Amino acid sequence: MAAVAFDEMKGTDGTLRPAYGELSRWLSEVPPDVLDYRRREAEVLFRRIGITFAVYGEADAQERLIPFDVLPRILSAPEWDILRAGLEQRIKAINHYIHDVYHRREILRAGVVPEDLVFQNPVFRPEMNGQKVPHDIYVHIGGIDIVRVDAETFYVLEDNARTPSGVSYMLENREIMLRLFPELFARHRVAPVENYPDELLATLDSVAPATASADPSVVLLTPGVYNSAYYEHSFLADKLGIELVEGRDLFVKDDLVFMRTTQGPRRVDVIYRRIDDDFLDPLAFRPDSALGVPGLMSAYQAGNVTLANAVGTGIADDKAVYSYMPAIVKFYLGEEPILKNVPTWRCREQEHLGYVLDHLEELVVKEVHGSGGYGMLIGPKADRATVAAFRAKLKSNPRNFIAQPTLALSTCPTCVEEGVAPRHVDLRPFVLTGRDRVRIVPGGLTRVALKKGSLVVNSSQGGGTKDTWVLDR
Amino acid sequence: MLSRTADNLYWLARYVERAEYLARILEVTQRLTTLPLAYVGSSNEWESAVATAGCAHAFAAAYPEANEETVTDFLCFSTANPSSIRNCFEIARTNARAVRTALTVEMWDAINGTWLELKRFGNGPTSREEFMRFLRWVQENSLRFDGSAYRTMLRNDAYWFSRLGLYMERADNTARILDVKYHMLLPAHERVGGPLDYFQWSAILRSVSALTAYHWVYRESVKPWLIADLLILRDEMPRSLASCYENLVIYLDHIARAYGRQGPAQRQARAVRARLENSRMEEIFQQGMHEFIGEFIDSNNRLGGAITEQYLM
Repeated sequence: MAAVAFDEMKGTDGTLRPAYGELSRWLSEVPPDVLDYRRREAEVLFRRIGITFAVYGEADAQERLIPFDVLPRILSAPEWDILRAGLEQRIKAINHYIHDVYHRREILRAGVVPEDLVFQNPVFRPEMNGQKVPHDIYVHIGGIDIVRVDAETFYVLEDNARTPSGVSYMLENREIMLRLFPELFARHRVAPVENYPDELLATLDSVAPATASADPSVVLLTPGVYNSAYYEHSFLADKLGIELVEGRDLFVKDDLVFMRTTQGPRRVDVIYRRIDDDFLDPLAFRPDSALGVPGLMSAYQAGNVTLANAVGTGIADDKAVYSYMPAIVKFYLGEEPILKNVPTWRCREQEHLGYVLDHLEELVVKEVHGSGGYGMLIGPKADRATVAAFRAKLKSNPRNFIAQPTLALSTCPTCVEEGVAPRHVDLRPFVLTGRDRVRIVPGGLTRVALKKGSLVVNSSQGGGTKDTWVLDR
Repeated sequence: MLSRTADNLYWLARYVERAEYLARILEVTQRLTTLPLAYVGSSNEWESAVATAGCAHAFAAAYPEANEETVTDFLCFSTANPSSIRNCFEIARTNARAVRTALTVEMWDAINGTWLELKRFGNGPTSREEFMRFLRWVQENSLRFDGSAYRTMLRNDAYWFSRLGLYMERADNTARILDVKYHMLLPAHERVGGPLDYFQWSAILRSVSALTAYHWVYRESVKPWLIADLLILRDEMPRSLASCYENLVIYLDHIARAYGRQGPAQRQARAVRARLENSRMEEIFQQGMHEFIGEFIDSNNRLGGAITEQYLM
């Protein structure tokens, strides 16, 4: 692992990288107070747009903004070409994999992925066994989290195959930047992202069930105003020009889905759902769910409605299956993976376990089904007692853990209190898969850890966002 | 349009209108209680305010006595009273958030701004001056919301449902004032009170912001039966029952035309309007004003039920 983080503007040795040439020149020309002024202006704009209420606690209802950094993160065209090809490859493999697991299970029979990883996973949905979905597409909207460690190496950190969020920030960030920095845009040719809603709608239209009319009726299903991503749901529904529905707006009759309108029931063909499998249908999954639609699964199984993403895609975005992703790509596509995985040791395997136990002080060890940082050991930051306690836990149930090196994420120039300084970033591009093709708008959501030295980009822990530019050649 | 969206727009408008109405009642009550008892009689104005707000039962369950403190708290800031001004704005804003995309930016700004600013007043005013400022603030924000809706919304079903909510609530509110104060509005020979009722009469006019309008319409000193005439039958008076029903019929017709179908709501609204158009004050007094108002409130509720059944569920 590189000791010094790779900076996307200045590399590791301070040499200006070409993609950042104009930005660097511009930064040396603008007075610092102009940057500061624009930064405050951006905040006012975000509040006005209303993006603030994305992260309300209901009780205290404090206005919170996810901090926005006005300096763009820039990717060159060749860099993006690699990413795009890698993302497309990965999402294709994921769709093959999910289809296979719910049908012939060749990958399990070939012993590439262990069976228990699939069948003992709570997100595996037996209801989907043998279930046909339109055009065999499961993950229509994927969010693949990418980190970079040097000039050549991008790692996939996580595949989000259920209901990835954040795309509204990608779109709003660009709008704000276009308003605040026209002169900076004039020096570059930046590939647009504003067509994302059109691409998304085309994707959703293309997977309508065979029984739908030529102009299928598409809706966005939200858990409601108290969901933390509600702003995004209403934003997207508005941009797509489709109804934003809650479970109670829909009902199922004779295996057909309808929405209640002021002019009576109207048929629904495609549901872009932003609620989890568990809550979709109280008759099929959690009976206490008030968010879902009774009978929806049965309409889905009858092929009368398309759910995007499909039910049961969780089996592809679990930490346990993550480490098998390179093998999954090879198995279905017969190709080498273009995007690498973060090197991962599976403690269930004897050799790996041995290595992990010998190197606990330098590794990050995670529970395979855990999330949100629970039950995790960050070796370099833990004291001896913690490491010792974790060692015991790991030995008693090695199957439950994976280990990864602590990564030196790349940095980007960022406006902070002391001026412009490098901060660690990641990237979430959004990958759309329809009947006809895979669509990826150039860019994605860049998250940045605003605290010096911090690797945590989560908004709950001092993370912010940046506009992501892909330069035209 | 989704039924839930229509329902949210309808109730959003109703709750904002209700908040304004409560603020008016309280402003007038505050004013009456500062007059010497000899001018207004010895009735408990705070009790009357609770009755006019239509929540006498809920209030009696929560407080032993109606006075400035308890009534102000209950009608303005209580979280236990579902129709307190605070709750009206809370519910209005929740409805607005749920239909964010059906609102214009101006409407959203108005209701969201009101909701944010509401916190400034905390759990109640610290002084009478601040309380009066609060009541003005409520009315100004209702005007701002209503004005943004009027000036910025597309004239389609979203607008029409929001207008239906406004006029349904307004008709209900005016009818309640009449229901509580009717005994003061009877013709001279039937009056129960004394000449000191003058201040009560002008208070009624103030609570529907019609004191000036009264003088323009009648060019006479304040007479109780004329007040009844103004609030019930005069369609040029924006808060009269007649005017509310004129508007309800118009907006229900817009919806029926756009959807290509008339229904029970349209028929019910036309029946009530016809009743108002064909009535004269003398007859209403002869047949009993109290009964007339009671009947009106019932049929207004029936219309609410018909609208809900036909469009909102």
